[in-house]
Amino acid sequence: MSMDFTLLPDGGMTWLDASGPESHIVLSTRVRLARNLQGLSFTVRSPDGERETVLDMVSAAGRLTRQLAGGAMFRMDALDRLDRQVLHERHLVSKELAGLEREGQVRSGAALLTNGDAGVMINEEDHLRLQCLKSGLALSTAYTELERLDADLGNRLPFAFHTEFGYLTACPTNAGTGLRASVLIHLPGLVLTKEIAKVLQGLSQVGLTFRGLYGEGSEVVGNFFQLSNQTTLGKSEEDLLDHLGKIVRQVIEYEERAREVLVRDAPAVIADKVWRAYGLLRYARSLSFEETMNLLSGVRLGVGLNLIPELSVYTLNKLLVFTQPAHVAQTEGRAMTDPDLPVSRATYVRRMLDDDAARVRGPQEPTP
Amino acid sequence: MQCDNCHERSAAVHLTQIVNNSVTTVHLCEECAAEKGVQTAASVAKFPLSDFLATLGKGEGGAEAGVSDTERCAFCHASMQDFRESGRLGCPHCYESFAPHLRNLLRRLHGSSQHVGEVYLSPLPPGDNPRRQLLDLREQLKRAVDTEDFELAAELRDQIRVLE
Repeated sequence: MSMDFTLLPDGGMTWLDASGPESHIVLSTRVRLARNLQGLSFTVRSPDGERETVLDMVSAAGRLTRQLAGGAMFRMDALDRLDRQVLHERHLVSKELAGLEREGQVRSGAALLTNGDAGVMINEEDHLRLQCLKSGLALSTAYTELERLDADLGNRLPFAFHTEFGYLTACPTNAGTGLRASVLIHLPGLVLTKEIAKVLQGLSQVGLTFRGLYGEGSEVVGNFFQLSNQTTLGKSEEDLLDHLGKIVRQVIEYEERAREVLVRDAPAVIADKVWRAYGLLRYARSLSFEETMNLLSGVRLGVGLNLIPELSVYTLNKLLVFTQPAHVAQTEGRAMTDPDLPVSRATYVRRMLDDDAARVRGPQEPTP
Repeated sequence: MQCDNCHERSAAVHLTQIVNNSVTTVHLCEECAAEKGVQTAASVAKFPLSDFLATLGKGEGGAEAGVSDTERCAFCHASMQDFRESGRLGCPHCYESFAPHLRNLLRRLHGSSQHVGEVYLSPLPPGDNPRRQLLDLREQLKRAVDTEDFELAAELRDQIRVLE
């Protein structure tokens, strides 16, 4: 069955508009809370029927909350692989929930209940993974919304809670608050000035960790890093968020300083790098995913330094999402592989950049 | 700087401890630090959970904590060995069944086993739940401040204080 994406307001990506604080460097903030139901096995060990019970209970309770009342429910087993991949590329479901892991299968009862920027993954590793995704650096805004959703759901569902260990989770690395906050941040300045290793090493010393674009186990592409808290127990939610926020603000400062150094010491090199990336994106006829991410990183740096006036961060965010493999295929309306996929990707990128340039300069310039 | 322990090699690990409210800093070389079981951030980062669990099983952890590998959770029948292999517990009751062992593990993972965050309150009829009331009041307070209704804000703040 194909998925009806009109059920997703803004495609589940309100963060794309780059309206949040610090959105020139921070793309998005995501906070999630892991919760489980009392009296049932954790998802991986629970029999099929029990997972259906969990799905029924959570979806009934979710419909009664203010945040999820008008939301859309997607059962993973009712979606084809491409649609599940699209949801994953939008950071709305994990690889595990979408059954996209190696030899992965869709688990019965796995589902996403989502509305705007808040949602719940059901029957992930934990029965519930409440999540909220916001534009820019917005840790407390995202958490406030989740706290409310957590309280509303907790009023209707018996969550597994222990006075000593806090909220109980399938993996002890999530126990306690069950809170994982992560900030998707773009750090080309620190990568180019080779300061990044020091910064990332520093993170682990202050109890934080970093991951790639798609979270756990994913590689870093296009200088995008996800910074998040490593521990979840022994500190309050506010303390965990405060600490992460402080460190992220410091990393932003380092990044800004690195960019200043680049502009001061090597303005010609930087300008050339940025415009080359833009030129390739605007005129290339075939683009791999990785190349696209790296070029988009260069162009984003150029926009941040006010070198490319005709581009908006919104366009860049949209390109970041819609050049991912499943999105390209979805735009074309069919499953795709090499060599068609990179060609379609390049066509899409060209069209988007032409549109933006035309809006700024007027339509006189001939399109190549 | 010399290692405070062996006084031979140069110190590479600087351990700051807070004991009874006084701060002490110990300087150790890598060998002595490892001997004393000090984990540096770098060594923790390189240490995936499954390896971590496996060493706990072989070493002092499991036996010392009084949980044997074959002991099972009375509710879901998952064993400590299942946990060690998968890194996932079977059900919420496992936390009680394997409490001594997990307490050690949680301390090593998080630096503490005592939860200090939000406390869950069992479902009560809407309106009776103090946490829910508190959230409602905080929201009303924010709105009152936004609209500069300071009289109402003061009243709400007092109500919040009582609940807190």
